Amino acid sequence: MSRLRVVRVVAWAAVAVVLVAGLLIGVGGWLVGQGSEGSRQAVDLAAIGGPFRLVSHTGEVVDNDRLAGKPYLAFFGFTHCPDICLTTLFELTDLMKELGPAADRFNVVFITVDPERDTQDLLARYMTSFDERILALRGTRPETDSAIKAFAAFARKVPTEGGGYTMDHTAGVYIMDAEGRFAGMLDTHESRDVRLQKLRRIAGLGA
Amino acid sequence: MPIVRSTTLALLLFVALLVAPAAAHNFEVGSIRVGHPWARATPPVAPVAGGYLKLVNAGLEPDRLLSISSPIAERVEIHESTVVDGVARMRPVAGGVEIGAGATVELKPGGTHIMFIKPNRPLKEGDVVPATLTFERAGTVDVAFAVQGMGAPAGVEHNAHGTGAE
Repeated sequence: MSRLRVVRVVAWAAVAVVLVAGLLIGVGGWLVGQGSEGSRQAVDLAAIGGPFRLVSHTGEVVDNDRLAGKPYLAFFGFTHCPDICLTTLFELTDLMKELGPAADRFNVVFITVDPERDTQDLLARYMTSFDERILALRGTRPETDSAIKAFAAFARKVPTEGGGYTMDHTAGVYIMDAEGRFAGMLDTHESRDVRLQKLRRIAGLGA
Repeated sequence: MPIVRSTTLALLLFVALLVAPAAAHNFEVGSIRVGHPWARATPPVAPVAGGYLKLVNAGLEPDRLLSISSPIAERVEIHESTVVDGVARMRPVAGGVEIGAGATVELKPGGTHIMFIKPNRPLKEGDVVPATLTFERAGTVDVAFAVQGMGAPAGVEHNAHGTGAE
């Protein structure tokens, strides 16, 4: 009987050790997450907000006039980017799901910097994986360049070995107010809570 | 008897807690351990898919992950993503990934990662993607990348997931 009691005590102690260790690892990770905020943007803020005209993956013309009247988020990317661009699309999908109908109070546009490879048909199928309120926009090369300029963003084609290429591009998500004025950035290094708070604010929900 | 039940419960709980993280799968070749290779589920028609894993070199000599191949992709490359001054860049990693003696190198979202180029099918959560890793010293090893859901970036916020990363 007393041996059983010893086994019991030892077993529960082992459970406690594992739980505490798990908790410490979890909290440690959370603290690391908190420390990685802050960002620098190579964006001339005063220059943001020019005209642009693109076509969505559903075939509608979307320009700065059409987006006026509601706040919106805009970001640049391309489908040959499995890492950062995809992460942004997944994270916005997650945040919009969390906000639910409140996310209807703003628009979200993903502007491809690679219209040569990202055709409207490819984008239409690609976007089925994300929140259906996110619009993928593309234009001709000059239309794309105008959109990049309208956000004072940066995009550049970089050749890779074997004749292919990749794109360098502005990574952050622009927050534009209902008058089409720049109102800040969402940064992928911010914690989910910070980004959610920013989105609640632009949806007019307060923090 | 309550004491017996309590003891059994405690032992079961202890075993369960130890086994849960072990669901992250590992592979070994020579002194290299490949920890929890996983790939992210892709949208339909995605021209590329990202793969991630942890490499632990338990040996006394440095080694190098030279190349990867997979029957599901036209080719597989190792790339590095960086965001510097707000600009995202992605570059192939020349010469492979070095794993120093006793070192751990993690390929994870937002950093050095594996690119499955032109996958022959969209990757769906729960799929397994076979691949062969070639190391300079340890040789080759067949591994299986577990495909995880769209919303499963193993970033700082998700590090309790599987890999025990960071």
